Amino acid sequence: MQEGAVLELRGICKNFPGVRALQNVDFTLREGEIHALMGENGAGKSTLIKVLTGVYPKDEGTIYIRGYDGPAAIKSPQDAQEMGISTVYQEITLCPNLTVAENMYIGRTKSSLTNWKKINRDAGELLDTLGIPASPTQQLASCSIAVQQMVAIARAVDMECKVLILDEPTSSLDEQEVAKLFNLMINLKSKGVGIVFVTHFLDQVYEVCDRITVLRDGQLVGEYVIEDLPRVLLVSKMLGKELDDLDGVGKADARVGYDAGGVSVMEASQLVSTAGIKPFDFSIQKGEVNGFTGLLGSGRSECVRALFGADRAIGGTLSMNGKKVRISKPLDAMKHGIGYLPEDRKRDGIVGDLSVRDNIILALQVMKGFFRPFTRAQAEAFADEYIKLLDIKTASADTPVKSLSGGNQQKVILARWLLTNPVFLILDEPTRGIDIGTKLEIQKLVLKLAAQGKSVTFISSEIDEMLRTCSRLIVMRDRKVVGELTGDDLTQNKIMTTIAGGENP
Amino acid sequence: MTTSTKTPIQAPPQRVKTGSLLSRLTRHQIFIPIAALLILVVFNLIADPSFFTISLDHNSAGNPVLSGYLITILDNASELVILAIGMTLVTAASGGQDISVGAAIAIGGSVVLRVLCGTDSRPEVLHAPIIVAFLVCCLVSMLFGAFNGVLVAYFKIQPMVATLILFTAGRSIAAWINNNELPIISDATFGYFGNFIPGIPIPTPVFIAVVCMIVIAAVLKFTNLGLYTQSVGINAHSSRLNGIDPAFIKFITYVIMGLCVAVAGFIKVSRFSTINYSVVAKDIEMDAILAVALGGSALSGGKFNMTASILGAYVIQFLTTTLFKFNVVSSALPAYKAVVVILLVVLSAPVVRERLGILARRFSPAKPAKEVG
Repeated sequence: MQEGAVLELRGICKNFPGVRALQNVDFTLREGEIHALMGENGAGKSTLIKVLTGVYPKDEGTIYIRGYDGPAAIKSPQDAQEMGISTVYQEITLCPNLTVAENMYIGRTKSSLTNWKKINRDAGELLDTLGIPASPTQQLASCSIAVQQMVAIARAVDMECKVLILDEPTSSLDEQEVAKLFNLMINLKSKGVGIVFVTHFLDQVYEVCDRITVLRDGQLVGEYVIEDLPRVLLVSKMLGKELDDLDGVGKADARVGYDAGGVSVMEASQLVSTAGIKPFDFSIQKGEVNGFTGLLGSGRSECVRALFGADRAIGGTLSMNGKKVRISKPLDAMKHGIGYLPEDRKRDGIVGDLSVRDNIILALQVMKGFFRPFTRAQAEAFADEYIKLLDIKTASADTPVKSLSGGNQQKVILARWLLTNPVFLILDEPTRGIDIGTKLEIQKLVLKLAAQGKSVTFISSEIDEMLRTCSRLIVMRDRKVVGELTGDDLTQNKIMTTIAGGENP
Repeated sequence: MTTSTKTPIQAPPQRVKTGSLLSRLTRHQIFIPIAALLILVVFNLIADPSFFTISLDHNSAGNPVLSGYLITILDNASELVILAIGMTLVTAASGGQDISVGAAIAIGGSVVLRVLCGTDSRPEVLHAPIIVAFLVCCLVSMLFGAFNGVLVAYFKIQPMVATLILFTAGRSIAAWINNNELPIISDATFGYFGNFIPGIPIPTPVFIAVVCMIVIAAVLKFTNLGLYTQSVGINAHSSRLNGIDPAFIKFITYVIMGLCVAVAGFIKVSRFSTINYSVVAKDIEMDAILAVALGGSALSGGKFNMTASILGAYVIQFLTTTLFKFNVVSSALPAYKAVVVILLVVLSAPVVRERLGILARRFSPAKPAKEVG
């Protein structure tokens, strides 16, 4: 083991059927450091953590833990815990109806007789040393989310932990709560605990972390000391794009221009929804393709959900073609000619057990009305038309949509919205998890729709794709809009620097 | 994506499951209730073919009536069939069941009697036209249905827990409506709805059940109730994003359930011209749920097949009547029924049906699976 290391992973491989989730990944955690584990979705962060904590068995590789000779055999979460690795997950996994002390010690008292006095005293001492503002006898539910999170950490730390893994601990906290949590982390760090910090928030990484390990597509990109890795480099490493690399690709494409003086099809001003995004402005013109970009969790989806009424708006105004409109639910948006292809196809898109035909006609049918169902012949005609038009591979229109491949499911949802003949179509990650051929088809379709005078807002994690289709990009970071790029600014470099926070490479 | 776009990578062609006629039959949702019905028919044919004789008799009032076990089955299944319609919709949309229907029938029946009798428990003449009593019963039952619906749809309480409230309280409420008295109606016309209309040899409940089936068939054909309930039951999130209001759809199915309860309750009190609060329609909710399960609709919601549920209801009544015919004492009836139910439910479980399908295909002449490109 390296000097000062508490945990070392060497050559970890993990395969799932058809997916190489981790390939030869190394990871080293030193005593008394906060180490950020970064990567976009699917990069392998969660898999690595699950291998480390014994949730998944590893296929290859070795794990060394300080105090144990030779490779450590972690076969279950219990093993990991006994070896001093504790994990606090994003969702709080404590019991809200028990007291703070009970939560800290439940399941850990060895004798059947429990000395609650002692436990409460011990808990109180630990809370004091860690500076957690909670009383041991207080019911957990009466604490704020941040304090609950800290109690979970206290519970983890008290089990003689050398390694603490925090998986997205800040995603449901506000700024002050985050600050409290950071104090606790720094406190623990000074006590020699090694902390693995998984987060999507760049600012937070640069606030508390000492080192960063970046994963991409299941492979190790590298380990960096925070001072050596400016934000923009971090972003480029996460996205797998070298700065200056491929700059300007696709610029000559048939992207539809943005006319500064044109009339907006839809406009939002200071819109804010229940999903916790900062108020934002938005506008789109007839025949324009624009997009939201930013890292995962930056609030891209939340913005378009607010436009469509999928999340309830709690402030700001919306107007269409210059007239003020109220969109309080998806049906309102649909009636104004807005279509929305959601990010999570399985959860929000398809109605799995229904047939391809029913899935295609669903939105138009709902717009037509409860008492005016399409006849079987009409529905069949619509379905056949779009199955042919989008080249959907299905045994028949009667096949349940869940038995189609991902790309074809996505086409079914596209067909659903095209059938409503929208004036403004929102596509949130339409190309995620589908094969390259279908991806290109969808990109071409977007440009074709724009040429027909429809407006499209496009979200994709792949910057290439955005550059190829969008004439204007709204850049988001940490749940707020931080910039808008048009014309010559539409380059990978510029996008990445804007995502990272404006500093130049 | 026009045809000019060349797809470099083709999605793997989907296989059309053809297989033999037998395997296709066994996969169909309606297979289990039909098979169960056939087994019961064959069993009775072997045991005692007289089971199927239908004779034209005259009842005590001198009117022609058809009698025979088959008529009894059709007659007695009516309430269950009507409830199975409502239960199917409730199950599809909310992914849970309404266990309060028996108690709600007691309430509905009690309301009918209260309107017809006023405060007089042995009225010489009816205090209100029968149609008024029926309409009030519908209104009250739908209100109770709405109560269940609000709890399930808007307070997001599990259907079984939400309807447990009415299940527990319903029969007391029913007794309270009539001041704990048991009114008896002597007016002959009131009995027509649960028995025979003079001159017509077929029991009236059979007609009422048929009318209900026609109504639900029409509703499913001329509205989007079927599409919406299934869509909400399968995926409430995406239903909402397609403009459907999932909570309202769930709510409305409970109101429809209330209407079904009203009709069933009305038939029940008409049969006896009185009511026994503690036993009327006892355990009928379980039979109604069973009818849905037999019909092959998932009790966790989503896709449903109304015809199969209705058939399921008839199967249950067929079974009950068969057992009665073989002199199974009524206290032992549930045990016998349970054995048959275990068989049916296991047979209709997707795991078993998948296996059966594979078996059926193995024993059928091999046919190359057709592929589409």
